Amino acid sequence: MSDLFLIYKNLTRKPLRFFLTLFSIFIAFTIYGTLAAFETAFNAGVELSADDRLVSVNKINFTQPLPISYVRKVETIEGIDSVVHMNWFGGYYQDPKAQVLTFAVDEKKLVEVYGDDLIIEPQHHEAWQKNRQGILVGRAVARQYGWKLGDRIPLNSNIFSKDDGSTAWEFDIEGIYTGSDPQVDTNSVYIHYQYFNETQSFGGDFIGWMGIKTKDPALNEQVIKEIDDMFTNSQYETETVPEKVFNKGFLEQLGNISLMITSVVFAAFFIILVIVGFSMVLSVRERTAEIGVMKTLGFRSDRIFRMVLGESIMLTFAGGLLGLAMATLFLDFLNHVPQFPVPDIILKPSIILQALGVMALLGFITGIIPAVSALRLNIITALSRR
Amino acid sequence: MTDKILFDLRDVSKSFVKGKERITVFDGLDMSIKEGDFLAIMGPSGSGKTTLLNLLGGVDQPTGGEVWFDDNRVDTLSESQLAQWRANNIGFIFQFYNLMPMLNAARNVELPLLLTNLSKKQRKQSVATALELVDLSDRANHMTSEMSGGQQQRVAIARAIVSDPKLLLCDEPTGDLDRATADEILEMLQLLNREFGKTIVMVTHDPAAAKFAQRTLHLDKGEFVEKELTA
Repeated sequence: MSDLFLIYKNLTRKPLRFFLTLFSIFIAFTIYGTLAAFETAFNAGVELSADDRLVSVNKINFTQPLPISYVRKVETIEGIDSVVHMNWFGGYYQDPKAQVLTFAVDEKKLVEVYGDDLIIEPQHHEAWQKNRQGILVGRAVARQYGWKLGDRIPLNSNIFSKDDGSTAWEFDIEGIYTGSDPQVDTNSVYIHYQYFNETQSFGGDFIGWMGIKTKDPALNEQVIKEIDDMFTNSQYETETVPEKVFNKGFLEQLGNISLMITSVVFAAFFIILVIVGFSMVLSVRERTAEIGVMKTLGFRSDRIFRMVLGESIMLTFAGGLLGLAMATLFLDFLNHVPQFPVPDIILKPSIILQALGVMALLGFITGIIPAVSALRLNIITALSRR
Repeated sequence: MTDKILFDLRDVSKSFVKGKERITVFDGLDMSIKEGDFLAIMGPSGSGKTTLLNLLGGVDQPTGGEVWFDDNRVDTLSESQLAQWRANNIGFIFQFYNLMPMLNAARNVELPLLLTNLSKKQRKQSVATALELVDLSDRANHMTSEMSGGQQQRVAIARAIVSDPKLLLCDEPTGDLDRATADEILEMLQLLNREFGKTIVMVTHDPAAAKFAQRTLHLDKGEFVEKELTA
């Protein structure tokens, strides 16, 4: 028998109360793990943004186009490594609700700019570049629709149409890319700009935005200024920003997700704090005489203090770890749900470490009052409270 | 009983404040307990029996005077030193047993041994010996809530003697038991005193219980009013 065993026995002496308290902590940490993973997934675009990448869009807003001629001009600016232009295709597969994030890109430049994020087999990359009807598909989309290499698939656009009035384009799947990091979004597909541009019925020779890779992040400021100065007072002025800033701004249009998640988690933990704290106070109060007996036998007050505090910490860790395990299972389930709109959601080590810290803090806060009461408890008073 | 004095209370006073009133329990109490003694302390409610037992057990401190145990002064020890001293020297037996309900008999008995440096194996041996002495070897793994009052008190005795203390302090040890069971417990205490040399101080209301002691002291209003040898 050890102190740890005594802590465990005290904790489980009232099974129903133990179970209910454990369950409430379990639920709180399931919510915490799940929401924190969602937040990380939402912010992954910002977190994974490369320091040496810029995004240049129409100054009015990013839905307005830019002339394709801008690409050649921008490429001449010193300090730029590569430029890829992109268009939003507005694609869906079979059902307008089954949206596919489709971008018409310069197939020769995509990997030059975004090669650090996208992993593509060289032979597939080459095949995609050679076939103007080729499509490069993200792993998540391929898994979602059961697409395989070599498949011919139709994609409709909810914006553009072809000369014959049809909104459907046919593509050959030439490559399936994965992310260099599990949280790189693989929900997008890439088609040839040239094929798209030649077959669409309106808006030709315009692009949506430019992805720019600089030779050194230290040159970003200078490059940004030169790009935007180059097109000042033109019909299509540009606004160039670091990729991180662009992604953050895009995310903020959805609302302050971090604040929403923090509010939910805070509310859940506040309730848990009250429940567990009350339960611990009650539990120790019921054991006043026993604590008195232990002190009489020779257990020092500081040892009893540690045992009571250890009880609440053991409780929060037991419930918390179970909650995180449940969150992991739940996220794994979500990641396998077809058409789930968020890229791979995972419990990163940083979330787990943070959760462990919260468990320790929660255990400490809920246990400190009863532990101090036990520490200060006078033996005679305790024994007279039978 | 030897001639060596185990406990010596010299001019001990004890008072406490209740509301606006100061209540004096002892005022200049002297008392000696020899090694191997089996002493019963009797007296009416409020006479100071339990307070005396608390002073002897180091769970309460005198307001004045000195308390000596085995030639060492104990009333000046700090709270943590007193805890260690109790663990090393005193075994406690309570009227209501005060066992831990979530532990079985063996683990209840093992509790004081967590305060020693004994190995797990040594602790197990000591627990087995103590349970054998109180004739409960076959109930070692039973929860105490499944036991009768007499059996629970025997577990409490085993817990009190498992670390081999010099002194056993018993607060109404038979107060919650029927006559036959009470006699069994008292015979057990007598055995511990006679065969194992344990010094025992027992507070009781019961004259029949006091007869098992070697001597009885009567306490009234904080003073010993009569001394009588009963052995």
